[in-house]
Amino acid sequence: MFLTDRGKLWTVFVIVLALAILAPFASAYVILLVTQALILAILAMSLDILLGFTGLPSLGQAAYLGMGAYLTAILATRYDFGLGWSFWVVIVLGILIGAATAALFGLFAIRAAGVSFLMITLALGMCVWGLAYRWNSMTGGDNGINIPARPKFGIQLADGVTYYYLVLFFFVMSLAMLYVLIKSPFGRSLVGIRERELRMRILGYNTWLHKYIAFVIAGGFGGLAGVLWAHLNGIVSPQVVVLATSVDALLMVVLGGPGTLVGGAIGAAVVVFLRDYLSTVVPWWQYVLGGVYVLTILYLPGGLMGIPARIRRWREEQAGPGQEKKR
Amino acid sequence: MLHKLGGSCSWMVVMGCLALGVSVSRTSAAAEELRIGFVAPMTGGFAQVGKDMSNGFQMYLDEVGGSFAGAKVKFIVEDSEAKPPVAVRKAEKLVLQDKVHMLVGGLLASTGYALAPVSTRQKTVYIASVPSADDLTQRQSADYPYVIRTGWSSSQPSHPFGEWACQQGYKRIVTIGADFAFGYEVVGGFQRAFESCGGKVIQKIWPPLGTQDFGPYIPTLKKDADAIFTLMAGPMSLQFPKQLADAGIKKPVLGGGTSYDEFVLPSMGDEVHGHVSALQYSAALDTPKNAAFVKKYREKYGKVPSYYSESNYTTAQMIHEVFKKTGGKWPGAQKFIETLSKMKFDAVRGPVHFDDMRNPVQNVYIKKIERKKMFGYPNDELWNTVTKTYPNVSQFWNYGKTEFLKQPVYSRDYPPCKFCE
Repeated sequence: MFLTDRGKLWTVFVIVLALAILAPFASAYVILLVTQALILAILAMSLDILLGFTGLPSLGQAAYLGMGAYLTAILATRYDFGLGWSFWVVIVLGILIGAATAALFGLFAIRAAGVSFLMITLALGMCVWGLAYRWNSMTGGDNGINIPARPKFGIQLADGVTYYYLVLFFFVMSLAMLYVLIKSPFGRSLVGIRERELRMRILGYNTWLHKYIAFVIAGGFGGLAGVLWAHLNGIVSPQVVVLATSVDALLMVVLGGPGTLVGGAIGAAVVVFLRDYLSTVVPWWQYVLGGVYVLTILYLPGGLMGIPARIRRWREEQAGPGQEKKR
Repeated sequence: MLHKLGGSCSWMVVMGCLALGVSVSRTSAAAEELRIGFVAPMTGGFAQVGKDMSNGFQMYLDEVGGSFAGAKVKFIVEDSEAKPPVAVRKAEKLVLQDKVHMLVGGLLASTGYALAPVSTRQKTVYIASVPSADDLTQRQSADYPYVIRTGWSSSQPSHPFGEWACQQGYKRIVTIGADFAFGYEVVGGFQRAFESCGGKVIQKIWPPLGTQDFGPYIPTLKKDADAIFTLMAGPMSLQFPKQLADAGIKKPVLGGGTSYDEFVLPSMGDEVHGHVSALQYSAALDTPKNAAFVKKYREKYGKVPSYYSESNYTTAQMIHEVFKKTGGKWPGAQKFIETLSKMKFDAVRGPVHFDDMRNPVQNVYIKKIERKKMFGYPNDELWNTVTKTYPNVSQFWNYGKTEFLKQPVYSRDYPPCKFCE
């Protein structure tokens, strides 16, 4: 890689700083897009913990997003809760419900691996969708739930820029916490499980428990993304929990580069830009999105985050072995 | 040379990114521009319906040369993918980036419910030209002061249709309707009206939206029913009558508007012959105005217009009429809604005006499918022949507004199936 770990941290820091400083100068629509990308980035990063670091390809990540979002909407519309300072309680509840759902699903899913894991998480995700779609009295069915307004507690989250800063705050917090997580001994053991689970087990690790905890943590961050998502759109519909959302999250991680954490964020940004911006410019945006996916998978197995490494390798090949010695 | 090209290309990308950020700060220099944001599905399963919708609007625009009483119309179409969250984002893009004066369109009821809050939040007019969710202009209408509906509310044609069914002498009817909010409202309205004139709905079946195989449902239909009421949507509309005919069921079939509208009718065969449905528009409506509309539309787009096209054509006409009144000036969102909701229109579908909850009061046509020649076209085709017209039907039918609003919105369980066996 081009950059050392410290260098990477600085790059992320500069980008976040730029996002924070430039916001007031951007147009309202761009702010909306970036906010959306940041929320999806949290979801994608949570999935990366499973896919990239633990080697568990989950197709049910939208379920936790949905649980968080529906919780927010139901509390707001039925109990008038979470529209003031209590918003912070809802954030905590959202994380808890995401984690709790994952804790339940994990009991079924973690025992499987590979394709079976994929299928089980898919099925569990569809259960949540079915619940959202059919439990009319609670979820409003197909019509979904409209949230009357964004919370206000001293500050007005209804303002696009304010909400953006709030989301940016949660994004940075999530990124930092997940970063600490993957650098911790626990995170290392997850990578160990990904590389060779049998060896980890022989070394005395309870790999089931490790995977289970990772699964629950990912669920918690998914729930957080859900709360933010609900207030971004002002509407929660079964569309949030459909399979396509889970697939999107998976593609974001693959596109950005699994096992890199920020890769998920980059993937989210690219997908949001292509889908929401490009679709307003050209009608054939889907081909572009499809093309990007295919090309990435064919030529960039490491995702967009793998590009610097590839460039470096290419350069070294160009320079030849003699040159490298000189350096 | 190539190098240079590459350079200018990357410059273009940079400029493009800048434009993305900057273009918005440009305010409207010319006051005479009317920007209309049109939200409809342009990709995915409902793309063809979305096309019908935008075609209708576009045709009117072309007819008047792209300007409403001097105001040049900028018509911006955005793809909702028939997904409510996407519709919301596209609507916000239209408002924030393109600074549109109004949003028009939406297809599914869920999209309507999603767009209405955007209009309130952004204080922008939203004209629901197709979404028919009852509560948009009923129990929730106070929440959405900038919403006006130019299409219909789901249960609106169902009420007179229920009464009509009584008059045909049907006593016992089974209903089979797609399992989603729109289905509940169409079936619910029919059931209420049918039962308040003495009929009995003896069975209600709800196959999931998108059902292809009705094999499990058709045999369960009660044999002693006088008629079947169906409400299908999309491809279901095509499958159900075919499979019903294959099962040898010869009972009279009544249907909600979307089961037999002109969007699905050309793909149907003789199995639907004699089926009856109710809606505020039929392409076979025998008026000079409609004949001209159908001919022109068919010439331009190669198909008979559906109510999706008519509704948006009429919406464009209505906006135009308002602008005639204001002298080509945008009157502001509130004033626009006020003016529009007080006007009367001579539309393709017939006379239209609005009630005080901003839902159209209009004719409802009882239509029977017949194979015949129409408007001088050489071939025998299926047409929704109008057999009866209920004039000036309001969304509250003859129940009275306050009385009507006291009951909950039609749902899977309301009205309750008192006579179910």
